Amino acid sequence: MTRRPYERPIIVRHESGLGNKLSRVPALRPQEEIDGVSVEELVKTYGSPLFVFSEQTLVQRQRALADAFAVRWPKVRTAWSYKTNYLDGICRVLHREGAWAEVVSEMELDKALHNGVRPDHIHFNGPFKPESALEKAFRGGTLVHLDNFDELRRAEQVATRLGKRPGVAIRLSVAAEGIPPWTRFGFHLESGQARDAVRRLLAGDKLDLVGLHCHLGTFLLDPAAYREAAGKLAAFAEELRTEHGIRLQFIDIGGGFASHNALKAQYLPAEQATPSFEQYADAVCDGLRALQGPPKELPTLVLETGRAIVDDAGYLITTVHATRRLPDGRRGVVLDAGVNVLFTAWWYRHDVVPTRHLAGIPEPTVLYGPLCMNIDVVRDALPLPPVEAGDRLVLRNVGAYNVTQWMQFITLRPAVVMVGRNGQHGLLRKPETLEALTSWEEVPEWI
Amino acid sequence: MNLGTRLGDLAISDSGFVFDPYTGASFTVNATGLHLLRALKDGVIDRAGLLAGLDEAFDVDGADAGRDVDDFLGQLRRYELLPRDFELGASEVTP
Repeated sequence: MTRRPYERPIIVRHESGLGNKLSRVPALRPQEEIDGVSVEELVKTYGSPLFVFSEQTLVQRQRALADAFAVRWPKVRTAWSYKTNYLDGICRVLHREGAWAEVVSEMELDKALHNGVRPDHIHFNGPFKPESALEKAFRGGTLVHLDNFDELRRAEQVATRLGKRPGVAIRLSVAAEGIPPWTRFGFHLESGQARDAVRRLLAGDKLDLVGLHCHLGTFLLDPAAYREAAGKLAAFAEELRTEHGIRLQFIDIGGGFASHNALKAQYLPAEQATPSFEQYADAVCDGLRALQGPPKELPTLVLETGRAIVDDAGYLITTVHATRRLPDGRRGVVLDAGVNVLFTAWWYRHDVVPTRHLAGIPEPTVLYGPLCMNIDVVRDALPLPPVEAGDRLVLRNVGAYNVTQWMQFITLRPAVVMVGRNGQHGLLRKPETLEALTSWEEVPEWI
Repeated sequence: MNLGTRLGDLAISDSGFVFDPYTGASFTVNATGLHLLRALKDGVIDRAGLLAGLDEAFDVDGADAGRDVDDFLGQLRRYELLPRDFELGASEVTP
């Protein structure tokens, strides 16, 4: 008698009341390759765990963003949000595609310059810009976005010392319905603080106001919030024109567009909940229509989109190290990658797929990382057929923030690679070594 | 060891649909699980017997079937389809 293929024996109780007409059976189509390069080849070459970026997806997303806005507004500029992912290789692909840089620290400013970005093609945001950073920015013509009154004064002092009259923007904090206000940044528009800032800047007569900036928040799923914010920025810009004769060079709508991820508290899956770039563009450009003037005199629309470009381009390949049965009946799986390298596991239900067809019934499974810490949970309540030690899992849409916010903690951080066209692939960041880690340490001589 | 009436009275279809008439709960069981359930109902309650049956019907080469059988029995205990104190290798079956 021919023996049938073996699967780990499983019995799963049927649950009722959890589905609805919009729910669907999670698709677990295996991902055997990334842009034509097999996952196994990548692991064999660079090890596991491994971050992999698709150059093709990165370029597609960048172009899709630029195209969606270019057909709706006369002048559009994208500025790559460095904090989202400042690996040189990622930045250079986006700069090659025409993106300027958006930085939020002196270190990021230096990194953008290191990547060959012209200093006057950099927008400099953030609440912390020491004098050295302002000086560096003003010397090169970097566009500084002022965050608070102390910074305005500091900027005036630096400009005076340098004998320059830089063009600057002010960051506005704007209320939009349904969006938790980010009041810790910028000058509040609704309270009148923004008008005070403009009056103060004009009275100081050391800086030229050339732009407005607003960053509403992050992972905003409702484009209508952008319509409202853009409308307020446009109205304020008109006020500046009529009252002070200021014609702005640019209006920066910030970032915050959602990627194809799902927040933990999100009801709908990403493919249904995430707006397209066109939907965001419609909303933003609708809001900006309050601006008066011929198209060539309208301010450039600046986008600092980060997450929605790079998240979809990033993968994390992990390997199953062990499995266990938890007392509540769920399957526990120990992976070789945890929250130390996958920071976004705190807020996303990451999309997880195997690299081979997994036979068997999906059962509730918890994915744990390798850390000896109870908090190291990569995914909980994931329906997954049985996996074995050595199986690979691919976590998708992990390109944003992880390789900047990750921690060196308990384990060494893995390699990061890019897959290019025609099957070529190469390192973006080498795997860490103990030698590199300890090279920063000292041991006082009395020890 | 008494398997209890819960497991003995389960309605089990060839396609792996399992119905517990005492609670109204239903389950899906895969092919290997179905094989084990039926073996248990038939009175095979020793490890060697269960493993031999699995090996005869399925290509278990390279798999850790002993671990998997323990895991499956744990699932049955958790769903209270087996008594909490059920252990393999004990005495006869009382369906």
